[in-house]
Amino acid sequence: MSTLFRVTRATLAKDLRLEWRSKDAFNAMLFFALLVVVIFSFSFEPTAEEARRIAGGLIWVAVLFSTIVALNQAWARELRHQVLDAYRVSPAPANALFLGKTVGNFLFVLAVELLMAPLFIVFYNLRALGPSHQMLYVLALGTWALVVNGTFFAAISLRTRSREVMLPLILFPISIPAVLAMVSATTTILTGEGSARLALTFLAVYDVVFTTVSLLLFESVLHAE
Amino acid sequence: MKSPLPILALLTGALLSFGLYQARVAAPTEQTMGDIQRIFYYHVPSAWVAFLCFTANVLFSIHYLVRRSAKVDALAVSTAEVGVVFCTVVLVTGPLWAKPVWGIWWTWDARLTSTLVLWLIYVSYLVLRRFSTGSQKPVLAAVLAVFGFVDVIFVYMSIRWFRTQHPQPVIGGGEGSGIHPDMLFALLANFAAFLAFALLVVWVRYRLERIRHSLDEFHALAAVRAPEEARSR
Repeated sequence: MSTLFRVTRATLAKDLRLEWRSKDAFNAMLFFALLVVVIFSFSFEPTAEEARRIAGGLIWVAVLFSTIVALNQAWARELRHQVLDAYRVSPAPANALFLGKTVGNFLFVLAVELLMAPLFIVFYNLRALGPSHQMLYVLALGTWALVVNGTFFAAISLRTRSREVMLPLILFPISIPAVLAMVSATTTILTGEGSARLALTFLAVYDVVFTTVSLLLFESVLHAE
Repeated sequence: MKSPLPILALLTGALLSFGLYQARVAAPTEQTMGDIQRIFYYHVPSAWVAFLCFTANVLFSIHYLVRRSAKVDALAVSTAEVGVVFCTVVLVTGPLWAKPVWGIWWTWDARLTSTLVLWLIYVSYLVLRRFSTGSQKPVLAAVLAVFGFVDVIFVYMSIRWFRTQHPQPVIGGGEGSGIHPDMLFALLANFAAFLAFALLVVWVRYRLERIRHSLDEFHALAAVRAPEEARSR
């Protein structure tokens, strides 16, 4: 257990340090999300009431697209100088690598979301009518749902031809229920109609189940030859 | 050894013709919907066969992850392909029936949406198989199949809970209560025929996959034995 924790921490520290110095994934993701927000904003031009109804969908579509940008780069880094091959022959636990990557991506995407939130509020004149603190839970649980599957499927698409195209093709169908729950919870909070509790519970269960499945199967993917 | 394929194909053809007769002629016309209801004899059996194929695919995928046998992988890809074909039939015949009866082509109700997402997942499964190469392909595909299976449960629950603002359509003449015995017979006859047809196609597809596999192995061996010859080919 302590080996798992130490290797996870080392992987995470390495990823954070690399990202801090280059800011490649972060800048690409941020700019991409900004573009999506701007394009949606002037193609719909909603009133305040309409904005509350559609913003939930727009926010998560923007996040989903920009997460793909980050995830495609997440593993590509490990291919240079055969880092992944070296990892495969080392005795370090496979799941530590996966957990380190997932937590790293989670932090990047969460940071982008927190920077995007004010922009959304400005462009769509948003004011939540429901309990807005619940939005933090939606962000955390929803982002984890996208990132845990995304990191896993990025490791799969790494092994295919034209891998950058492959990732959304396999990730989006699996993410549909999670996106539906995130959109539902966000819309509920913005419009103040009903409670987001059910959607939050659903997201929590989704997170736990898919994290478990990923941890069970990651070793097979890493050692697939 | 002589292949039993022609005999099985003939039997399947006879069964399909019998099913066609049952659905088009023998089954009584439904009171309110009229002849439109007859699409039910293709829609429902296709759905059952598609779900059976996908269930088989998940079982084969899990078996593959445990045992790593190439035969099981060939069965997994065969069942997935046939399942996608039958699922496509379901998704095409459904709206064709819904438009005159419900007045709409499509509604985001739990059963429709789950079937659509299931179709999307298995299409992505086939795309993944197409885009990955070598010996890692079966492992990656099997892993995706397991994810897809777990996901379907979530899809069904999520649509039931978060899409309730849409009215639940009432399915007249469904497989629930009060179906005429002749209708039930036509339905089951078609199910048997479709199932036989699906098994036949899976079997042919399986043999094709095995032949492909041994051809690949042969080429790989030949390349090891005579590198010069393989390069010139």
